[in-house]
Amino acid sequence: MSVNYGSKRLVVGAHYGLRDWLSQRITAALMVLFTLLVLGQILFTRGPIGYETWAGIFAAQWMKVLTFTVIIALAWHVWVGMRDIWMDYIKPVWLRLSLQVFTIVWLVGCAGWAIQVLWRL
Amino acid sequence: MTELVTSSRPQRPEFRNINAFKDLPSYRLPIAGVVSILHRVSGALMFLLLPFIIWMFDVSISSEISFARFTALFNIGIAWNWSSFLFWSFAQPVVLSLPGWLFKLVALALIWAYLHHLIAGVRHLWMDINHAVSKEFGRRSAIVTLVFSLVLTALFGAKLFGLY
Repeated sequence: MSVNYGSKRLVVGAHYGLRDWLSQRITAALMVLFTLLVLGQILFTRGPIGYETWAGIFAAQWMKVLTFTVIIALAWHVWVGMRDIWMDYIKPVWLRLSLQVFTIVWLVGCAGWAIQVLWRL
Repeated sequence: MTELVTSSRPQRPEFRNINAFKDLPSYRLPIAGVVSILHRVSGALMFLLLPFIIWMFDVSISSEISFARFTALFNIGIAWNWSSFLFWSFAQPVVLSLPGWLFKLVALALIWAYLHHLIAGVRHLWMDINHAVSKEFGRRSAIVTLVFSLVLTALFGAKLFGLY
């Protein structure tokens, strides 16, 4: 086992546990269910889909709460996945850490924007 | 003593990581490997296009007028006036216009990425739950994943480009 403390502390690891693996799968399952829910409503609509139908899907409060949860789940899921990509292909710690910080900023920004769009309906 | 030991040992093979330029063109990737790398590529693509996805959500859902803009985006295209964002002024307004088919093409790429990522993800979940990790299952389920994602992409794509 290599030294993992002081100036040798690994700051860009996956913490080597079950948590990330499991959270990626649970968030994935939630997003599959959400996809089927939204897609089903679109596919079973007769005729062209106008604004009323589309906005109507997200009108109910429970749907807003569910969509909010899915946005958070998505950000979490993407964080685990993108960090895996950086850990596999990017070796210099400074660059990997920079890309991980960029990923977090990107995802938090996108999540904030999506939630704003959702809740001003 | 040291010299004696090193000279009597045969040359041992040395293994290194694969080189992207030297090894990848001739690398015989199994079909499960193709599904695996496409899972990554599709995920990274959606990550990079996330602002575009949210922008589409914003335009399509905010109001009836913006919904009309959203549909026009795919049928006609869009013209962006950048003049107010620039620090210097030109005689002509600086307009970036993008055709509708370009948006359809990007949307098609996103549809493929989403479908492939979803189906390949369900395949992962299935393997995790059933411990289905045999070589044969990996091969067969990889083929099923590719067939489903490509056929569904073709179906949604045909609808997107108004073929039916």
